[in-house]
Amino acid sequence: MKEKPPVIDIRDVNFRYDRENVLERINLSIPKGAFVGLVGPNGSGKSTLLKIILGLLKAKEGNVELFGVPQDKFKEWDRIGFVSQKANSFNTGFPATVFEVVMGGLVKKMGLFRRPGRKEKEAVEQAVRAVGMESFLTRNIGDLSGGQQQRVFIARAIVSNPSVLILDEPTVGVDSQNVESFYHMLTHLNHDLEMTLLLVTHDIGAITDKVTHVACLNKYLHFHGSMQQFVELDEQELSDLYGHGIRLLDHHHDH
Amino acid sequence: MIEAIFTYEFLQNAFLSGAIIGVIAPLLGAFIVVRRLSLIADALSHVTLSGIAAGLLLGQTFPALSAVNPLYFGMVFSVGGSLLVERLRSVYKHYQELAIPIMMSGGIGLGVIFISIADGFNTDLFSYLFGSVSAVSRNDLYAVIGISIIVFITVCLLYKELFVLSFDEEYAKASGIPAKAVHLAFIVLTALVIAVSMRIVGVLLVSALMTLPVAAAMRIAKGFKQTIWLSVLFGEISVITGLISAFYLDLAPGGTIVVTSIMILLGVILWKKEKN
Repeated sequence: MKEKPPVIDIRDVNFRYDRENVLERINLSIPKGAFVGLVGPNGSGKSTLLKIILGLLKAKEGNVELFGVPQDKFKEWDRIGFVSQKANSFNTGFPATVFEVVMGGLVKKMGLFRRPGRKEKEAVEQAVRAVGMESFLTRNIGDLSGGQQQRVFIARAIVSNPSVLILDEPTVGVDSQNVESFYHMLTHLNHDLEMTLLLVTHDIGAITDKVTHVACLNKYLHFHGSMQQFVELDEQELSDLYGHGIRLLDHHHDH
Repeated sequence: MIEAIFTYEFLQNAFLSGAIIGVIAPLLGAFIVVRRLSLIADALSHVTLSGIAAGLLLGQTFPALSAVNPLYFGMVFSVGGSLLVERLRSVYKHYQELAIPIMMSGGIGLGVIFISIADGFNTDLFSYLFGSVSAVSRNDLYAVIGISIIVFITVCLLYKELFVLSFDEEYAKASGIPAKAVHLAFIVLTALVIAVSMRIVGVLLVSALMTLPVAAAMRIAKGFKQTIWLSVLFGEISVITGLISAFYLDLAPGGTIVVTSIMILLGVILWKKEKN
């Protein structure tokens, strides 16, 4: 039996803005069902790498394959859900209900000129339930807290039932009490809905006990492996990765 | 009043055009406001003025062209202007709002030159600036009907794409929606609506009819669809009230329509404050 191709497969990718190299010789392969934490300090090229995966930026050198298909031939973009940094791209005063925002996630899948019917409405309700926001359907998005808004954006990303969910610093602007339950929800998506997750963050401490794989990026990809291998790295190797010391919390060594 | 409408064709033209514009201007306006493009409507209306002036001038110089409604020249200029705004916005990536003063002053500058060359027009330019109850021709009415049919169909067909693009442009692009094409269709529609609305509200106040009803609706609406419905309702009330009072008091309708929408806006703000 042929093994399933990785969900995302990046080979020898280089990227530069003007003259500055942002990414060099990146190789990253994400297997189906994984929960990958992509960590690195600010300015390490994490967001650039995401944009390359999503096809928003084009890598001059190297190959990107999605579900075993070269990126420029890839058409099924609704199989990839994306949640961006909240503060970046949305204006909090926008008069839209939670229902309307989540329905936005089905627009591409429905195609031009089609109007949402009952099937789409049910998909929206189901996605909103999966993130625990079902009692807010008719509320304006601007009236919700940062954490609640971010849940709504996750619902929008998963409403088209993608196989992969990519999250760019999703907990920025979410208060610390809600971060924990937010990660809980992600684990639920990964375990129960069998969604492959790629989570970008600069805060490695928050994710070590949740993810299955870790990738450390700082222009070069310094480490990519399972969580088990990662926790076996010693302090020196870790600080090489990050360029400065990182302290792993004790209980993580129990894994 | 009702009797007068049945008697005089010019009143029929004005009220029918007004009633239609009262729907389509706030309908597009809802998208314009949430996308923070309100001032672009203003810039395009000034470009439309230069088109009207060019049309009047050509009609005066070449009598053969005088049969062409200057409104059509206005439309051509407005659509051309909308495409130019997009070019300018990509030239000045980090100062996108620069496109607005450039187009606005360009439009007025060109218009003033045309008006000076013509050394004044027989047609009342005043009616193009501030709208008119009496100057709307059958021909104008047909243009309004034609454009509004196009606008209705396009907005219905592209509603969900327009919504996503307005709410979150980055996401729209990332999810593979043809954002550029949808945006282009939208900006061209806006240009057309501005050109036809001008006959009733006038160049200087066209953008008010696209933004003020939406500003009021946003204060109280739940969701975007409701924002659109309320905007259209407020727009319609403003146009009809404005036209009736303009007719009886012999005022330019642009003024009465805008003052009515301002009163609605104030009413909504106060009501909302009272409620909280």
